Amino acid sequence: MSAIKANMEVLPRGVQVALGLGLLALLAFPLVGTDFYTQMVTRMMIMAIFAMSLDLLQGLAGLVSLGHAAFFGLAGYALAFLMPQNEAASLWWTLPAAVAASGLAALVIGFFVVRTHGIYFIMVTMAFAQMVFYLFFDNKALGGSDGLYINFKPTVALGGFTLLDLDHKVTMYYFTLAIVLLVYWFLRRLLWSPFGRALAGIRVNEHRMRAMGFGTFGYKLCAFTLAGALAGLAGYLSGVQSGYINPELMGFHMSAHAIMMVILGGMGNFAGAIVGAFTFEYVLHVFKDLPQLGSINLGKHWQLWMGSFIVLVVVFAPRGVLGVVQRMTAGRHPRDGSDGKHDSKGRHV
Amino acid sequence: MDFPTFLIQLLNSVQYGLLLFMLAAGLTLIFGIMGVVNLAHGSFYMLGAYLAYWLSGMFGSLTLAILGGVAIAVVFGLLLERLLFRYFYQRDHLDQVLLTFGLIYIFEELRSMLWGDDVHGVKIPDLLSASIPLTDTLSYPVYRLFMSGVCIVLALGLYLLISKTRLGMKIRAGAFNRDMAEALGVNIKLIHAVVFALGVGLAAVAGIIAAPTSSVYPNMGSQVLIMCFVVVVIGGIGSVRGALVSALLVGAVDTFGKVLLPQVAGMLVYMVMAAVLLWKPEGLFKQ
Repeated sequence: MSAIKANMEVLPRGVQVALGLGLLALLAFPLVGTDFYTQMVTRMMIMAIFAMSLDLLQGLAGLVSLGHAAFFGLAGYALAFLMPQNEAASLWWTLPAAVAASGLAALVIGFFVVRTHGIYFIMVTMAFAQMVFYLFFDNKALGGSDGLYINFKPTVALGGFTLLDLDHKVTMYYFTLAIVLLVYWFLRRLLWSPFGRALAGIRVNEHRMRAMGFGTFGYKLCAFTLAGALAGLAGYLSGVQSGYINPELMGFHMSAHAIMMVILGGMGNFAGAIVGAFTFEYVLHVFKDLPQLGSINLGKHWQLWMGSFIVLVVVFAPRGVLGVVQRMTAGRHPRDGSDGKHDSKGRHV
Repeated sequence: MDFPTFLIQLLNSVQYGLLLFMLAAGLTLIFGIMGVVNLAHGSFYMLGAYLAYWLSGMFGSLTLAILGGVAIAVVFGLLLERLLFRYFYQRDHLDQVLLTFGLIYIFEELRSMLWGDDVHGVKIPDLLSASIPLTDTLSYPVYRLFMSGVCIVLALGLYLLISKTRLGMKIRAGAFNRDMAEALGVNIKLIHAVVFALGVGLAAVAGIIAAPTSSVYPNMGSQVLIMCFVVVVIGGIGSVRGALVSALLVGAVDTFGKVLLPQVAGMLVYMVMAAVLLWKPEGLFKQ
């Protein structure tokens, strides 16, 4: 039952080049893409932030959360409540407030859930997220099942001068891209920091970490809170972009989608989460957009295709795109932990 | 709260708790013995409910629907175990979560193709459609007593199967130490298939007998799945006795919560779960 605990943390040169080219493509995309596709890619980038935040738990610390969407949704709700009915509020305080709301919720829920391990952790995170879901779903005052509209985009101004107009789709695109890069840079730094190394140690062997004197409860709680806050950042951007928030966005389908994104790219290095988020959202878009074939509307049955896609990936490529790359380059990268010093279950041999 | 009202709520809470137990027992056995997280367990409950709707419409009899529905569900469970789940017992929980999540999508779409997206009702059989009068205005439907009765009989049967029969002994041995049991000549693959089919069967029975009172609707599996997770977490994974106690507890908290504290009723069950996690992170009855 043990996890494959050796992640590919150092990216091979080829992958780095591919990521660089991908960044160039993203920078150039609004110049060639239509409004529709610019918005779609913005949405993909928001999901990439969400997936990276989950990768911090799932890939780095080895904590599989099935309730991560709760924190994504909470920040969206925070934005909806903070935005006045008849004028736009400033991003300077709504963004930190929304992210703090998600972080605080993650701190409180994390206090209960990081005591548990394995299967329990999965079930308990899911249960608490459903609790948050029903809190909003059942309460008319909190928007109920329809959710809430966010009527204005937050303003980004400095001394009366508007820096960014987030209503403008291309501006929103580059703003989101900048945040993706910022979060990626931050998480890559965190990966190699003492804190990140401690989390990796907890993933591989928590008992050993405790024996060495690490307070693993605090480390895991910290990671859970930080991941919740970053999910909130993604949720805030989602609220800004789409202009609404509803309980569906915090449901367990959303959480499972995020797990799938992280798996699809490859866990534990944050680049995989970005690749996975783009791939997943694109595949979902393709399935929902399938044409009419005779009397059967293929796109209407997207759940069947999506379900089959997920099952096939899990059966045949459980470590995603980067997992395939890792298999091909194994033995050439001593630092990435896939150099043959570990057996198939990730134990040191 | 006067006594008749209290009695009705008490009977309701026991009935709801027992129904949750039907589902949670299968879930906890599959966790405990095969180590599989099965998010699709709620889909088996939904399958049962739709089979009840389909078969009782075809035969006009709920008894035949129960027998036919259980048979179909068990065959379905055996097939699923043989073709898919068997290969995931030794895999990471993460893979199991995603596999069973993918299955939820597939089952929901197949359900939509076969039976549509409308809400359906299932008729209570004439024999059980009466109500027992408690006071001039209050009465209790016989069908709900019947539901509780079925659950109690099955729970007893499950207890006898696991603790008193040879098959139950092998199941317990397999749960305790898979390799050792296998070395001693227990056909562990067969045991796994039996346990999986048993879990699917119990969930389907729950769905079938619940169909007349709860109606039959899309996504009905997801909601009940979360409650089962809560039950299993409180009871302790792998413990059938724990599942029974915590199912009754969750049933009581939910039912009485809705009467006494309607403002926070939806959250109460989760608060109980949080309290249990603080006190005993491994659940009340973890062996």
